[in-house]
Amino acid sequence: MSERYELRFAGSGGQGVILASVILAEAAVISGLNTVQSQAYGPEARGGVSKAETIVSRETIWFSKVKNPDFLLALTQASVNAYAPSLKEDGVMMIDDSLQAPEGFPEERLLRVPVLATAAEKVGKAFTANIVAVGAINAALGLFGEAELLEAVRRHIPRGTEEINQRALDAGKALIQADQAEAFRRRLG
Amino acid sequence: MSKAVLMQGNEAAVEGAIAAGMRFFAGYPITPSTEIAEGCARRLPQEGGKFIQMEDELASIAAVLGASAAGMKAMTATSGPGFSLMQENIGYGAMAEIPCVIVDVQRAGPSTGLPTSPSQADYMQARWGTHGDHPVIALSPSSVRETYTLIIRAFNLAEKYRTPVIFLMDEIVGHMREGVELPNPNELIINHRKMSFHDGANKQCYFVPEGEYVPAMKPFGHGERYNITGLAHDQSGFPTNSSQIAGKLCQRLMDKVEKNVDHICRVEEYAMDDAETAVVCFGGGARAVMEAVLQARAEGRKVGMFRPITVWPFPEKALKARLPQLKRILMVEHNHGQMLLEVQRVAGNEKPVDFLGRIDGTVITPEEILNKLAEMEGEHHAQ
Repeated sequence: MSERYELRFAGSGGQGVILASVILAEAAVISGLNTVQSQAYGPEARGGVSKAETIVSRETIWFSKVKNPDFLLALTQASVNAYAPSLKEDGVMMIDDSLQAPEGFPEERLLRVPVLATAAEKVGKAFTANIVAVGAINAALGLFGEAELLEAVRRHIPRGTEEINQRALDAGKALIQADQAEAFRRRLG
Repeated sequence: MSKAVLMQGNEAAVEGAIAAGMRFFAGYPITPSTEIAEGCARRLPQEGGKFIQMEDELASIAAVLGASAAGMKAMTATSGPGFSLMQENIGYGAMAEIPCVIVDVQRAGPSTGLPTSPSQADYMQARWGTHGDHPVIALSPSSVRETYTLIIRAFNLAEKYRTPVIFLMDEIVGHMREGVELPNPNELIINHRKMSFHDGANKQCYFVPEGEYVPAMKPFGHGERYNITGLAHDQSGFPTNSSQIAGKLCQRLMDKVEKNVDHICRVEEYAMDDAETAVVCFGGGARAVMEAVLQARAEGRKVGMFRPITVWPFPEKALKARLPQLKRILMVEHNHGQMLLEVQRVAGNEKPVDFLGRIDGTVITPEEILNKLAEMEGEHHAQ
């Protein structure tokens, strides 16, 4: 297990990548780990590039920004293109399966997952894409226990949406095959 | 499960202010301070307090001063453009001796600049933004937990010295989330303004006993009527053109901060005991500095961090005390060189002061600080 794990989440404003980043930071806190979460976005409420970062560590975290993440979630082609090159050499990238990985990106470090389609069609609400992603990320990386992750989600969703978010989380988890999870496992919590 | 909670700097400012007794907030939301207004709108009604969104920042600071004069602990929060608009009434608060806290979550300027990007370029504005000589206390936190504890101190100082206190945050800390375990409310020290309920000629509203600097506050709006003005005034609160009275008043306003710098000034020093190089920084900028200092120390280099927590008045005594042991100083800040001027003033010709700044809305990284340190050490070896 590594002492420090850095995750970056990128997409279009409104896709909820900041909330995904916050929920995983919350799961880290609940698991008794140190975490710093930050984000960068433009002045638009919708559209524009949105980027968020979560650092998880057993040590105290000082500098709050991520330079070369261990993991990247990218939900738009623009964010794949912008941030795929910044990954660590052995960094893992999860992209929506409607998107193209940069040419030559190693398959063994790539997770192509139907995040957006699952949210829109299986869960039935496009806005749950970030929770689907959170479920898929934790299933793949195994960072946190399931109870801790569910509690983290509950702390950050509006009352009355528990059921649909639970379904989104489960649907995200189901997108990752057991053998994939074995390959990407980065348990911290 | 851990007792810590995930909290944003701006949320910590709200919770800390409420713990300090803040029960009135007036403001006009602006990025990157908006979560403070949102948090106050949600939390103050739960605590029996009042939140009001005003039509602009001029009205916001005016409402805050009025609420405080009437007895409430009051606060507003803004960013650069709004901070500019508040300046006139910050001076009014200093002159009329009305305690309050003004949070400025700095963003990249000038003008509306880069609304979502970090900066520390309101440092000099916090000191000199309002016209005329006036006392200023400004504090700057560098973590979410410190935001909570330090804003309590901001209220305590405002109450003790009856003056507006600037809480100088930046986008780095304001928008950052960390896991924090908040202190037990019973362990907090909360100060309240000294009140005077006595009527009569010797107990005028600005009556200051000999040897003291701060008048006790009379309740405004009940009991005896009295006058509050931004004009030079006598102890009854009414305007005067007497140079003798005005001079005495203005001197006392300056004295109440200057004669109490030892109480007001706080710094954090890390690895300074045997340091030959001091990296001076404040607020969110300290996080990259801390990482750089740890790295330099791991390489066996004698580098330490000197971080003013009280940024105004500048803690010059503490820095002066370190000068004899230092070979060089590096000032790191997200502006074009503002606290640098204070550091240079204190260092004089004694020690070389170098500068690493940033004005493009991005953050200075630990690598850049380490490179700068290596460059400085090289230069000074070469001499």
